[in-house]
Amino acid sequence: MSAKGHCLCGEIQELTRDFNGSIIGVLHNIQEKYGYLPENILREVAKETGFSLIDVYSVATFYKAFKLEPKGKHVVCVCTGTACHVRGSDKAVEELSRMLGVDPGDTTSDGQYSLETVNCLGACALAPLVVVDDHYQAQVTPAKVRKMFQEYAANSSEANLPAGR
Amino acid sequence: MSFLQARLRSPEQFAAMQQKLRLRRESNERYVAICGDTGCAAWGSKNIRAVFQEKLDNLGVKEIAIRFTGCLGLCEYGPIVVVFPGEIFYQRVKEDDVEEILRETFLKGKVIQRLLYEDPLSDKKYVRASEIPFYRGQKRLLLGKHWKIDPVRIEDYLAIGGYSAAVEAFSGLDREQIIEEVKKSRLRGRGGAGFPAGLKWQECYETPADKKYIICNADEGDPGAFMDRSILEGNPHSILEGLLVGGYAVGAEEGLIYVRAEYPTAVEKLKLAISQAEELGLLGDNILDTGFHFKVSLSIGAGAFVCGETSALVASVEGRVGEPRQKPPHLAENGLWGKPTVINNAETLANVPLIFRLGSEGYGRIGTENSRGTKIFSLVGKVNNTGLVEVPLGMTLREIIFDIGGGIKEGKKFKAVQTGGPSGGCLPESLLDLPTDYEDLNASGSMMGSGGMIVMDEDTCMVDVARYFLRFLKDESCGKCFSCREGIGRMLELIDDICEGTGSPGHLEFLQEVARAVKDSTMCGLGQTSVNPVLSTIRYFEDEYRAHIEESRCPAGVCKDLIRFEIDKELCNGCGACLKSCPAEAIEGERKKPHGILDWKCTRCGICLETCAQGAVLKK
Ligand SMILES: Cc1cc2nc3c(=O)[nH]c(=O)nc-3n(C[C@H](O)[C@H](O)[C@H](O)COP(=O)(O)O)c2cc1C
Ligand code: FES
Repeated sequence: MSAKGHCLCGEIQELTRDFNGSIIGVLHNIQEKYGYLPENILREVAKETGFSLIDVYSVATFYKAFKLEPKGKHVVCVCTGTACHVRGSDKAVEELSRMLGVDPGDTTSDGQYSLETVNCLGACALAPLVVVDDHYQAQVTPAKVRKMFQEYAANSSEANLPAGR
Repeated sequence: MSFLQARLRSPEQFAAMQQKLRLRRESNERYVAICGDTGCAAWGSKNIRAVFQEKLDNLGVKEIAIRFTGCLGLCEYGPIVVVFPGEIFYQRVKEDDVEEILRETFLKGKVIQRLLYEDPLSDKKYVRASEIPFYRGQKRLLLGKHWKIDPVRIEDYLAIGGYSAAVEAFSGLDREQIIEEVKKSRLRGRGGAGFPAGLKWQECYETPADKKYIICNADEGDPGAFMDRSILEGNPHSILEGLLVGGYAVGAEEGLIYVRAEYPTAVEKLKLAISQAEELGLLGDNILDTGFHFKVSLSIGAGAFVCGETSALVASVEGRVGEPRQKPPHLAENGLWGKPTVINNAETLANVPLIFRLGSEGYGRIGTENSRGTKIFSLVGKVNNTGLVEVPLGMTLREIIFDIGGGIKEGKKFKAVQTGGPSGGCLPESLLDLPTDYEDLNASGSMMGSGGMIVMDEDTCMVDVARYFLRFLKDESCGKCFSCREGIGRMLELIDDICEGTGSPGHLEFLQEVARAVKDSTMCGLGQTSVNPVLSTIRYFEDEYRAHIEESRCPAGVCKDLIRFEIDKELCNGCGACLKSCPAEAIEGERKKPHGILDWKCTRCGICLETCAQGAVLKK
């Protein structure tokens, strides 16, 4: 569904259904629906909930989970938690950044890939860990990242592969 | 299952139902526990469960149950499958192994040697989980339950005695008695600071108010730590039970679990657990007709480390930007929506039912004088047996890392262990015999924190580790205090210089001066402890800092500006593998002739080193 429809009344009501005085839950709903926080929706939600737009914006930018830009079709996520760091995750970030031509946090200009980093996925035994969409790749090295990514790009419909050792 | 559908109306009904489940459980002990935690799931355990289910259906076998459990601990060797009875431990199981496990182990009672765990040090194989050195050295009071329950089934938790502590509490004990019991157990907070849980409850209990709240802190922001997640996912009812007891004790009728958005599975499991407990009448209005009302809801974080701090957490639950505030007033007086509030860490709450099961005296016998009970550590980094370990408090670092953890990966040399997350410090080899006790860890410049334990070897650069934590903290500082916001940034600039080889001897002194200023002048724990990674690495690894500053050398070979790659002309056979793989096109050479690296083009990614089969690429 497009975020640019004319009357958003129904959608806004749906998004604010469990509003209990905290805007954070509403922002989670928006992000779940659109994958990011579209500006026009934020404006409407502010009106509906009685918050000023600046308050909504300050919450939206304070928390890392919220994105103000749409994500790419595929999300490449590198864990940079401590366990992953000491096993060399920064090299994987650099390699992916070079391959995709974007900095971490950005999306390729064709909208295909977003490169993200996260502070711990809680699967530290698999460190360093890269997750492409839902596909976990464990114990990566720069060379492995390269190979994996080329294969994945060629065959991106294949999901749920077990993490290769 | 039918007797699980009706709402329970009295403590007697509860006890009768629990007894039934227990008996049924005892006569139905044939099952396979498949670890379904994030680590094993990433290794493919979901598919293994599906194949088990399919084969059992095909065979028409009904009396073998499948339990898709929470973390079984030895994540490095996932997917893990344990066969009961017998506790036969299979590791790195593949889909193709499932049929054999059913046929040989379940039907014929034979052990499949190939799938057994082999100790990396002694090459010895073990059949039973409890014989494996990794498990033998532990005391798994909390994690040990994960073998026995499928987190989506409340009856599994009930069958092993679940919820009896809560029912005992609000049907038979006074609030003072409960608080006294927790105080006597000397349980201390597992979320970081180690404040006595009983005292915290008492403060909140003694504050008169029309409404109070109890919150479970499941924000678990420390990178490299997943203890709380494992409990939330593996045994969510134990958290609810802890909340029930705590809520009753302090006089709260509303409980809340603040869980981070990065843990979607935990959220799902908690939601299910709450609805199951509500259906049975263990949560909600007039629980077991005792007149006690208690409901639990979830509040989902949104990715901010500082929201683990209690006043920031409250701000976040109220929907505001998560900035800490000055204390006092403490939360016991002025917490969520201005009401008295107690916040306990998830692992702390999971310990509560245990205190009632073992009795405060029994519980108090575990651990050391000042630190009682067990603690879960996430043992990760350069250690052989990465995973979750639970040990009596006071066990030495050496016992945890070497006896349980199986020592350092690839036979390398131990360099340091980082405890306490971004607020903690790095401890050197000379402190390996330090007991994991709140006070001892603090005195050594680190802290217990929430239980992250990251092992580092000779290939880890300690200056780089300090830089890593400063980057993290700079990013996560909420920006309210000037000295935290700017101070952490200033320390990072100094460390950046050192890592880039442009540091001067004055850098080290200045760094320590800034650190002291930050420590003394910031408001919340984030800023105050942000200096620990810096000060502890300078304290124990000053030589490494000096090598960077005085010799422009990174002894561990990590800091990019201080290393370079070369090809040994003697060893290189000109196969061209490195040339082909170099993403920077920095390698040249003719086929069958020694190759060379163009240093000005080289980005130090190390792919050539990884690809060269001759070992001809050298890092200098
Ligand atoms: C910056 C910062 C982050 C924190 N993060 C967490 C956390 O993720 N989980 C947690 O339980 N406690 C965290 N704490 C500690 C809490 O403030 C608090 O001490 C704890 O939740 C209290 O529960 P306990 O007494 O059961 O440990 C954090 C503290 C600070 C200063
Ligand atoms: S540090 Fe990467 S998964 Fe925990």
